Amino acid sequence: MKVSELVNKLHLTLFCGEGGMHNEISGGYTSDLLSDVMGNAEEGMIWITMQTHQNVMAVATLKDMAAILLVNGLKPDKEMLEKGESEDIPILGTTLSAFEVSGKIYSLIDN
Amino acid sequence: MRFRYELEGGNFSRAGYASSEIKKTLKQLSVDPKIIKRIVVALYEAEVNVVAHAWRGEVLAEVDAEKITIELKDEGPGIPDIPLAMQEGYSTASAAVREMGFGAGMGLPNMKKNVDELIVESKVGVGTQVYMLTRFS
Repeated sequence: MKVSELVNKLHLTLFCGEGGMHNEISGGYTSDLLSDVMGNAEEGMIWITMQTHQNVMAVATLKDMAAILLVNGLKPDKEMLEKGESEDIPILGTTLSAFEVSGKIYSLIDN
Repeated sequence: MRFRYELEGGNFSRAGYASSEIKKTLKQLSVDPKIIKRIVVALYEAEVNVVAHAWRGEVLAEVDAEKITIELKDEGPGIPDIPLAMQEGYSTASAAVREMGFGAGMGLPNMKKNVDELIVESKVGVGTQVYMLTRFS
């Protein structure tokens, strides 16, 4: 599934990274620990988190992730947004919790 | 090819710069993407360690046709007990660093898992030296 399809289906907010809307999502990883994501997430995954600082962007870029999804209505901080604008990794947002949105994305990708 | 990058304690905006540059270089050299990913994981963790714990440091990388060696040298508090620091889950990171999602005690174990050779040497009150080697095949 493409990032753009997920955005439409779950009514996600797009903060930046429009250039990556065609990225293909291969799976997801839900975590707020950066080393956990660094060690265990895979290329092409959507990263579901409540971390909103610039190092999230650094990790997502190094891991070639498809998109970042901020939960609980959180917004990227200024530095994260600035870094995000130069990368083709969309930063998305939802008012849902990590649990709820992970469940929805899991079933969408699974089908 | 030799590369050198500087790191500054507490400056998280620079953490990941060396990893990103090395990743680009290795891609241009057509190194196996799986191996690049492992090197990048290890180097990023090492960069974060310097930024989170030390006062300043440098990354020295050397790339040839068969391998990459990366050295990180820092001036900092050093590591009193290296085997303990290597244990998954053990961390001395500050509350502020933990709040950012670092300091879960996975840095050194992640480095160990992702390189062929890892050597850590440290002097308390002076600094730490990390040496990592990865072969391309």
